[in-house]
Amino acid sequence: MKVLVPVKRVIDYNVKVRVKADQSGVDLANVKMSMNPFDEISVEQAIRMKEAGQVEEIVVVSIGVTKNQETLRTALAMGADRAILVEATDNAENDIEPLAVAKILKGIVEEEQPGLVLLGKQAIDNDANATGQMLSALLGWSQATFASKVEIEGDKATVTREVDGGLQVIKVNMPAIVTVDLRLNEPRYASLPNIMKAKKKPMDTKTPADYGVDVTPRLVTVKVTEPPARQAGVIVGSVEELVDKLKNEAGVI
Amino acid sequence: MAVLILADHDNETLNDQTAKSVTAAKAMGGDIHILCAGSGCSGVAAQAAKLDGVAKVLCASDDAYGHDLAEPLADLIVSLAGDYEHLVGGATTTGKNVMPRVAALLDTNMISDISAVESPDTFERPIYAGNAMAVVKCGDPKKVITVRGASFDATGEGGSAAVEEIAAVANPGLSEWVEDKVISSDRPELTSAKIVISGGRGMGSKENFEIIDKVADKLGAAVGASRAAVDSGYAPNDYQVGQTGKVVAPDLYIAVGISGAIQHLAGMKDSKVIVAINKDEEAPIFQVADYGLVADLFDAVPKLEAAL
Ligand SMILES: Cc1cc2nc3c(=O)[nH]c(=O)nc-3n(C[C@H](O)[C@H](O)[C@H](O)COP(=O)(O)OP(=O)(O)OC[C@H]3O[C@@H](n4cnc5c(N)ncnc54)[C@H](O)[C@@H]3O)c2cc1C
Ligand SMILES: Nc1ncnc2c1ncn2[C@@H]1O[C@H](COP(=O)(O)O)[C@@H](O)[C@H]1O
Repeated sequence: MKVLVPVKRVIDYNVKVRVKADQSGVDLANVKMSMNPFDEISVEQAIRMKEAGQVEEIVVVSIGVTKNQETLRTALAMGADRAILVEATDNAENDIEPLAVAKILKGIVEEEQPGLVLLGKQAIDNDANATGQMLSALLGWSQATFASKVEIEGDKATVTREVDGGLQVIKVNMPAIVTVDLRLNEPRYASLPNIMKAKKKPMDTKTPADYGVDVTPRLVTVKVTEPPARQAGVIVGSVEELVDKLKNEAGVI
Repeated sequence: MAVLILADHDNETLNDQTAKSVTAAKAMGGDIHILCAGSGCSGVAAQAAKLDGVAKVLCASDDAYGHDLAEPLADLIVSLAGDYEHLVGGATTTGKNVMPRVAALLDTNMISDISAVESPDTFERPIYAGNAMAVVKCGDPKKVITVRGASFDATGEGGSAAVEEIAAVANPGLSEWVEDKVISSDRPELTSAKIVISGGRGMGSKENFEIIDKVADKLGAAVGASRAAVDSGYAPNDYQVGQTGKVVAPDLYIAVGISGAIQHLAGMKDSKVIVAINKDEEAPIFQVADYGLVADLFDAVPKLEAAL
């Protein structure tokens, strides 16, 4: 089986985000960019399935600017076999919407015919949590979101999902769309020799037009502002003082 | 045009989220209808019919809808979509699972996790773990939305909407439910509790986490956790508060042994009063806390329990 893993290049999760003064968006100039942390988890999952003999080839794809090559190289260094870069914009601040990403991925799925697509549950920049579900709808495939365990047996996958009430186990038909949650695995770091090897792995470059997709945003961003800041309060000296303040000052207990 | 809200429920009880989605829907304009899709869910439909501002409840009771599977539920919503301009779900794991599928089938982009309705086509939503607030305008004829519960008050009761039974649509049969692993508890639900006490990596073990439970029981509070506490197995996954867990805004939030990473703050910084107990006075959680206590939690938490 072939597995397709879409990976997004996002602001590193450790970076403190700054909103631009003109309220047009978030400042991405000269900030550290990394692979979306959930996508590291899905790359890791694909590699583990390959190591277990369930997967022959791992194809990674990223949609965005030319620099997304770096994100793809990281995935190749972790252990993916081949990469597809879809150059959809020349400015990293133009986020490609989940619907457009899903349409491009649909085109890639039709070309590559994977048996499984593993996506992150959420990109930590737009926090949309939508692309996997949308791709599944466009393909008419089964979907298993927020996975913390994935087991494939023949033409079915049993997936444990992290839901609000606890865990839900479902069985889905293959081919399937799975979006991964934090507890699925702990992604590996690429070793230096593997980083060197990754430079020689194949990477194709495409455009949205190759898949007949228009990436013009459907949602117009009116403005982006900073949330109201919270002020630090007081440091109390003891548990007694804390309880007193909560009762008599804040009145919350 | 009207608004259709997908009810959040467990076939027996309507989740508080639905009443919060109704509040958001009131600002979208038009009649508000609620869809209760489930298995044997007529009781839930009756609860939804009582919500203030609701004009009609559609009840689709069928085994296909009993476990919130995305594919049949999305097909049902799409079959009804013609009558509605806004299709709304909660930003719960059910809404997040189903609504983007609906959006793609209707060829419109998803408007996830809104925190305010500026006008019927313009919405505010947090991005970058709540470090920025985006206002987005949707020009498409259909708007598919999930609503952040922590940002809206629940609408009251007093309504008496008509309940209309509707038939199931064909089930694509792509997936099947196997089992739920749910730990039931007498404590209030995390997202609707007035008081939440959460433990972090500082708790050190699952056994130690029990000192948090004891305080929760005294306060009638819900219990939450940081990602680190969940990853370490100290607390179950559904306790996780944060950017990629649950978002809460109780009257009182007590963070114990939690450093205050932005991903955690994203899930609790709109709480009315925040208390932090941490032995490291430099911990970033103190920058958002109304009351900070620099102390060893193993000393402070039992004392807190005793003092309540
Ligand atoms: C993609 C992604 C998504 C994430 N989503 C979330 C999310 O939804 N929610 C979330 O919480 N995190 C999330 N995180 C993780 C987040 O970045 C932090 O790693 C996490 O919140 C840290 O948890 P913590 O504060 O419990 O642990 P730590 O940062 O290790 O802090 C432990 C704290 O306990 C204190 N402590 C230790 N012992 C004691 C003691 N005896 N008495 C008093 N204090 C003590 C320490 O001083 C320290 O401040 C996410 C990260 C990523 C990359
Ligand atoms: N531009 C992109 N390129 C590649 N994959 C993407 C892109 N945008 C979203 N994805 C995938 O979709 C997942 C969910 O993203 P989102 O729906 O934007 O929260 C991510 O974790 C990726 O797997």
